[in-house]
Amino acid sequence: MLPMSYYLVLGAVIFGVGVLGVLIRRNALVIFMSIELMLNAVNLTFITLSRYLESLHGQVYVFFVMTVAAAEVAVGLAIIMLIYRNWGTANIDDINLMKW
Amino acid sequence: MNIVIPAINWASIAPELVVFITAMVVLLIGAFFPRVSSGVTAGISLLGVMLSFLVTASLWGSSELAFANMLALDNYRLFFNFIFLICTGLTILASIDYFGKSSEPVEHAEYYALLLFACVGMMFMAAGTDLITIFLGLETMSIAIYILAAFVKKNIKGNEAALKYLLLGAFSTGFLLYGIALIFGATGSSNLATIYKYLSGTSNLSSPMLLFGMGFLIVGFGFKIASVPFHMWTPDVYEGAPTVVTAFMAAGVKAAAFAAFLRVFVYALPSLQPNWIAILWVLAILTMTIGNLAALLQENIKRMLAYSSIAHAGYIMIGMVAAKNAAADIGTYSVLYYLLAYTFMNIGAFIIVVLYGRYAEDNLNISDYAGMGYKYPVLGATMAIFMFSLAGIPPTAGFVGKFYIFAAAVKGGFIDLAIIGVINSVLSVYYYLRVTVMIYMREPVADQPGLKFSRSATLATTIAAVATLVLGIFPDTFITMARQSVSLILG
Repeated sequence: MLPMSYYLVLGAVIFGVGVLGVLIRRNALVIFMSIELMLNAVNLTFITLSRYLESLHGQVYVFFVMTVAAAEVAVGLAIIMLIYRNWGTANIDDINLMKW
Repeated sequence: MNIVIPAINWASIAPELVVFITAMVVLLIGAFFPRVSSGVTAGISLLGVMLSFLVTASLWGSSELAFANMLALDNYRLFFNFIFLICTGLTILASIDYFGKSSEPVEHAEYYALLLFACVGMMFMAAGTDLITIFLGLETMSIAIYILAAFVKKNIKGNEAALKYLLLGAFSTGFLLYGIALIFGATGSSNLATIYKYLSGTSNLSSPMLLFGMGFLIVGFGFKIASVPFHMWTPDVYEGAPTVVTAFMAAGVKAAAFAAFLRVFVYALPSLQPNWIAILWVLAILTMTIGNLAALLQENIKRMLAYSSIAHAGYIMIGMVAAKNAAADIGTYSVLYYLLAYTFMNIGAFIIVVLYGRYAEDNLNISDYAGMGYKYPVLGATMAIFMFSLAGIPPTAGFVGKFYIFAAAVKGGFIDLAIIGVINSVLSVYYYLRVTVMIYMREPVADQPGLKFSRSATLATTIAAVATLVLGIFPDTFITMARQSVSLILG
């Protein structure tokens, strides 16, 4: 079995990729996907720690996180749809009526 | 393997249940009777809020843990419940007026239901004694508020606000969650009491996992309380969202985030206090100063109030830096009192913004307030009360709140913070008084058709104004209440 740190580092790297995606990409949908990547990196970390601590709590938390993420996606996609209808774009640089 | 089902004490979540069931009822009424008037749904929501208020009051003084130590039933939570319920109640009253003026018809049943769901989320945030409960409460609140921000669909500024709030809110959730995961890994539990016990019994307080976890929690909560440097979303979201939703966000979300922030840091991580005090010390100064400086330059009153709310988060963080894990600790109860005072004065100011418009989102420039005091003397005087209170001028709630916050800072040995805080308050007087000067010392620019004041919003303003004055002139009862709320049980 690989040592725990490998999985933790993998989780941290995926989280970092997600953060970079949010900061660099300009399409609202892609930003949203990057956020999902961050949440899944956290899930990986939870599972790893759960295994290492021999506690089932961490695995249960993953279910909570997935549920919340699903709810957030439902609302998030609805808002992005609304934006696309009213603005005709999902590029966050164009959606800038107020000072950003 | 024996699975023991823990005892479930439904009475311990009675206030939340009442609000939740009311929200469901309102939602169903909207679905089955689509043509019911907005007065009915708002009235039922208000009844639910009042009932929950009574239930909360009847539970006052209890001290126990419920739901397998996931929730606390203590005065700390009940005090915050009062804040959230007041906040929701005043917002509902103002919303009747706001949507009466709005040109676009809205699904009012859904609106009130979402408002109540957000309130339930806030209440669970204040109740949670487990990082996961706090996280679930936070998300219940946030998701409802993302929708509320975009509730007037054709308002493109509202759309933009919702998108920005959604993306940055979800981004911050990622950090909060990663923080929870790392703390879970470092301490082996997500329960605040267990974390506290583990940390006070170990000497290994500098493990990178623990410190990174703490740092990410600060980032996550920092976004929600709108602390600099995580405040970028605040002015845009507050300006774009419907004014009533902004009022709800500015007071409710901030109070809820502080409730959880304070509970986690002061009661679960006191062993790391030297570490987080160093961070919060810097953040408090930055938040106050940048919030106040930016507020000086604003022309839009909602944006000005947004920056002012950032500055207020800074003042509250001073109290948090001075807070200690002890019963009747002045740092903690000064924060509680300040949040109560802030709820009334801030929502009050936003409701005046709603009232002083012929249609929704009207008269939003500070220059539009010219001569308001002559045309509408009572409205002008009430706005002046809220502005004085936000600036911290006696005899208003804001003054007493600031007094206790700075007293806590001095008592805790953070005299530098207290001095910077006082300088900042002086700075803030400029932009608050600017509004008052506009109201009383400028001629009205143009002849506007008269405003119609609805009874509900007038009632809400009256409650807020009277409470602001009462909290300022007779603070004793409320200070005692706040002090009683600071005896936490950690099982």
